[in-house]
Amino acid sequence: MSDEFDASSPDADLFEEVVGVRRAPRAAPSETSEGAQELGTRSATPLEELRREEGAVLRIPEGAVVDVGDVDVERPTDETMIINMGPQHPSTHGVLRLMLELDGETVLRTKPVIGYLHTGMEKTAEELTYVQGATNVTRMDYLSPLNNELVFSLATEALLGIDVPTRATWIRMLFSELQRISSHLMWMATNGMDLGSTSMMIYGFREREMILALFEKTTGLRMNHDYIRPGGVAADLPDGWEDDVEIICDTVLRRTYEYDELLTGQPIFRERMVGVGSITADEAIALSVTGPILRSTGVSWDLRRSMPYLEYGQLDFDVIVGTYGDNFDRYAIRLNEIRESIKLVRQIAQRVPPGDYRAQDRKVTPPPRARIDESMEALIHHFKIFTEGFRVPEGEVYVAIESPRGEIGCYLVSDGTSKPYRLHIRGPSFVNLQAVPTLMRGGLIADAVAIISSVDPVMGEVDR
Amino acid sequence: MTGSPPAPAADDVAGGAADGVAGGAADDVAGGVAGGAADDVAGGVAASSPSSFLPEVPRASGTWTDEVAFPPRSRYHELVESYKASGFEQLSDLTAVDYLTHPGRNLPPGASPERFEVVVNLLSLSLRRRARVRVQVPEDDPVLHTLWDLYPGVEAMEREVFDLFGVRFSGHPDLTRILMPEDWEGHPLRKDYGVGRVPVQFKEAPGPR
Repeated sequence: MSDEFDASSPDADLFEEVVGVRRAPRAAPSETSEGAQELGTRSATPLEELRREEGAVLRIPEGAVVDVGDVDVERPTDETMIINMGPQHPSTHGVLRLMLELDGETVLRTKPVIGYLHTGMEKTAEELTYVQGATNVTRMDYLSPLNNELVFSLATEALLGIDVPTRATWIRMLFSELQRISSHLMWMATNGMDLGSTSMMIYGFREREMILALFEKTTGLRMNHDYIRPGGVAADLPDGWEDDVEIICDTVLRRTYEYDELLTGQPIFRERMVGVGSITADEAIALSVTGPILRSTGVSWDLRRSMPYLEYGQLDFDVIVGTYGDNFDRYAIRLNEIRESIKLVRQIAQRVPPGDYRAQDRKVTPPPRARIDESMEALIHHFKIFTEGFRVPEGEVYVAIESPRGEIGCYLVSDGTSKPYRLHIRGPSFVNLQAVPTLMRGGLIADAVAIISSVDPVMGEVDR
Repeated sequence: MTGSPPAPAADDVAGGAADGVAGGAADDVAGGVAGGAADDVAGGVAASSPSSFLPEVPRASGTWTDEVAFPPRSRYHELVESYKASGFEQLSDLTAVDYLTHPGRNLPPGASPERFEVVVNLLSLSLRRRARVRVQVPEDDPVLHTLWDLYPGVEAMEREVFDLFGVRFSGHPDLTRILMPEDWEGHPLRKDYGVGRVPVQFKEAPGPR
């Protein structure tokens, strides 16, 4: 599409015919900069942005203004080099593109350029009913799909005002924790691969596969389950799930100690992790960072503990915090969170109560399959729920839970129909990526891969 | 949440759409993140605010969020600043809603509806509270003061709102598109932006019957 798009041109007519709406003429270019999303050269970058990148973040809470003299705007541009990393780089965990300004091997500025995986999922959600909505949001953070479904379901239930049976709540917690283990195992695997430890890559995937096998047994799918739905969960736990959970807990826990031997004390690994990519607690809070990155700075903030949801208030677990905010702390936090989640899974498995696995509310949950054969009303209800969906009272709600990557939030607005008026997912990866320039600043280009890995971005959630 | 009494349950202002399913939404929120009201906008029920010095703006209590404030656009930045001063260290989320096809939503007295609404979710790590700020932005002049000077983490979120809704933030250091391509026209999450359709071959052909 050319820059001078004219709303009266034949192109506009064609667009209207194909797309169904008349494309609005562009806003005047002087109002905003819609130009390059890329990192500009130093001379072309406004001072405010340089200030931000040069560490202004820290000083804002203190109310102090950055000393302009500290900002090296006079550096000749031919001494530095701007290079692209990604979006096709194998270690950027998807289609993340970083633009780095280098002085020799030192990284001066970093700018994440995102949007390569944008598929308009929030727009799609406005076209899907609440019944279909979970299948949409589950594809955002594809490494912890059950947490996406959980936050969407909690938001819908808050607007509906329905109660979920106790068993469903405990099943949700069980699967949320198993998902956390599998997501962290996946992170251990890819982080190992980024640092050259291919054995860790194989091990991480091997253990994760055990958990995915249980998910497949329960939900029918390894990923993108659509298992946690408004009103409860889609199916009851399969026979013998206790044994599967016990085997997973025993095996994974034993193997975390093998990872200790393989990585934690290994000099090459430590050399690349300790002291690399540091961030302070003030910076992390100011940049809205959550999850393991925030905890690595020593801030004990875990929504399961700080603002308990589901039944987490009844369980005994530790919030793992670091001290230095570096790569190694984030590694140690994730490794130990696997152990804490195993502890949680064991407690939950003993306490899953009998009962219904979804709310017995005919307006929200479909009738049991057996009832459809004998009752006309059940058939009608079934049909209505899966074609029209259920109506949700007007209102808006913001629900936040702790995903493996941090706070995943769902802002849901209902206008009283059976489709969300607006669904917004606050993706932890999207926000955490803003910390990358701070983490990278002053480091070596060779550490860039380790730092990206330690942020653990999932691009499906970043771009949505 | 320690010590904050739950907000009183409000009347069911959403009307009859919730027959028989109202109430009790906060039961699975152990520790009392929210009050007992199922409806989020409870018609001006004053939340137990820890900060009485905040500017006087219409407020409501909510589910999962302790209080919702509806400042006029001119006092938006001032209100968020006073929230920050009263212990809300982190900005969790900033997003927007286009109320083009749903103008008659429930707002407390004192807040006049406009087409766009920018929604800011603030988090206090020390008080363990959440607050939400909903500010109305008119269609003919969709400009809002940036929060970047208070919360640097809002940078990408404001860019996303600009990209997808066309609401501009004055004072933002780098207001460019973030998710859509640079040369994209229009703002996709607006309600008058068509979702489009894929042309289907032989759609007009007679069916088997």
